[in-house]
Amino acid sequence: MTHHHDNEADGISRRHALECMIWAGTGVLWTISAGVPVSLSLLGAAQAAEALATGFTFLQISDSHIGFDKAANPHAIDTLKEAIGKIQALPQKPAFMIHTGDITHLSKAAQFDNAAQIIGGAGFDVHYVPGEHDLIDDGNGQAYLDRYGKGTKGAGWYSFDQNGVHFIGLVNVVNLKAGGLGNLGADQLAWLADDLKAVTASTPIVVFAHIPLWAVYPEWGWGTDDAAQALALLKRFGSVTILNGHIHQIMQKVEGNVTFHTARSTAFPQPAPGTAASPGPMTVPAGQLRSLLGTSSVTLKQGGQDLAIIDSTLA
Amino acid sequence: MIRFPSRVLVVSPVPFGLAAILIMVAMPLNAADQPMVKIENFAFTPAVLTIKQGTTVTFENDDDIPHLVVANDASFRSKALDTGDTYAFTFTKVGDYAYFCGLHPHMQGRITVAP
Repeated sequence: MTHHHDNEADGISRRHALECMIWAGTGVLWTISAGVPVSLSLLGAAQAAEALATGFTFLQISDSHIGFDKAANPHAIDTLKEAIGKIQALPQKPAFMIHTGDITHLSKAAQFDNAAQIIGGAGFDVHYVPGEHDLIDDGNGQAYLDRYGKGTKGAGWYSFDQNGVHFIGLVNVVNLKAGGLGNLGADQLAWLADDLKAVTASTPIVVFAHIPLWAVYPEWGWGTDDAAQALALLKRFGSVTILNGHIHQIMQKVEGNVTFHTARSTAFPQPAPGTAASPGPMTVPAGQLRSLLGTSSVTLKQGGQDLAIIDSTLA
Repeated sequence: MIRFPSRVLVVSPVPFGLAAILIMVAMPLNAADQPMVKIENFAFTPAVLTIKQGTTVTFENDDDIPHLVVANDASFRSKALDTGDTYAFTFTKVGDYAYFCGLHPHMQGRITVAP
């Protein structure tokens, strides 16, 4: 881990707090600083401490795949429990959590139940969007909507405001077309246009959806066909942060006022684009697994639009 | 749905000699009649397959991730196939059937059903 500055005078040191933050990248912990969401792992220790003391933070977890028991991680339920345990231990609580989909592996009732019990155990409000693994029950997604669809539109999209930030949860895993990528669809795009009408251009926007809303690697399906239309609607806003999951690794890109960021999975890693025969679960030696479920962040540095990369492992 | 029509003929009350001939003809057809499409590494193998009308094709998922077989024209659709699960569909109509994975739609295949 980098960017640690010990200061013994701090008592329960900032270093300790920051370590917990890093652990939370099971969880990526975000804070709104000067109206721009920044990942805490990027901030210097002093800034992080200040943000923790005064700021508004929320936490992203993704791809828990409850029910997955294959070689890449026979105990996906245990690594989710570990992640939640670390989140519970945070000295400064996030305001809420978002889950960017693939809560379950196979949309089975018991898997949804287990996930809800473990994630709910952290004691935070959780705002969900579905991944494709959450919509493969016999009702083609009804099981997800029965649990998480309250107050949402269509396949489960919605927006809400908190601390001056406008949050938008999108669904890009339904009505997928042959040969295509993720899909938002005309109905959702029309809703988004309408939803944004009342939002001022200076309001920070956070969009979260399962599949990346940028073309990470279309050869593996890592992108969304009609994302450009959503991004066009977001163009007039000064700060747009787009949080995704699906690819089980951290990637980040900045384009104008838009920061794209994908979170790690709590279940199993997937290979970097093009480095394996397929994007399937990547089996690593057991001792390395947690280092790949932990956080290593690629983060937008506030002010300058440059990217900073902090590699930090849980190992 | 008619499966293996040749077997129906074999058990029908026809003279022994004719049945024997039918069996001889039917056996190789039967073997070819049960082709399998493997799903591995996020791909259908073989991706292109030509079969005779009435043939049952079995799709088997050998990946650690579920897949779901859907015809582009919606004429068939499997449930989500977990690792090792199979889905069988009998093609009773001649034609070209393009299909894809409903979860990973960049995965595509095609089955041509000949008379």
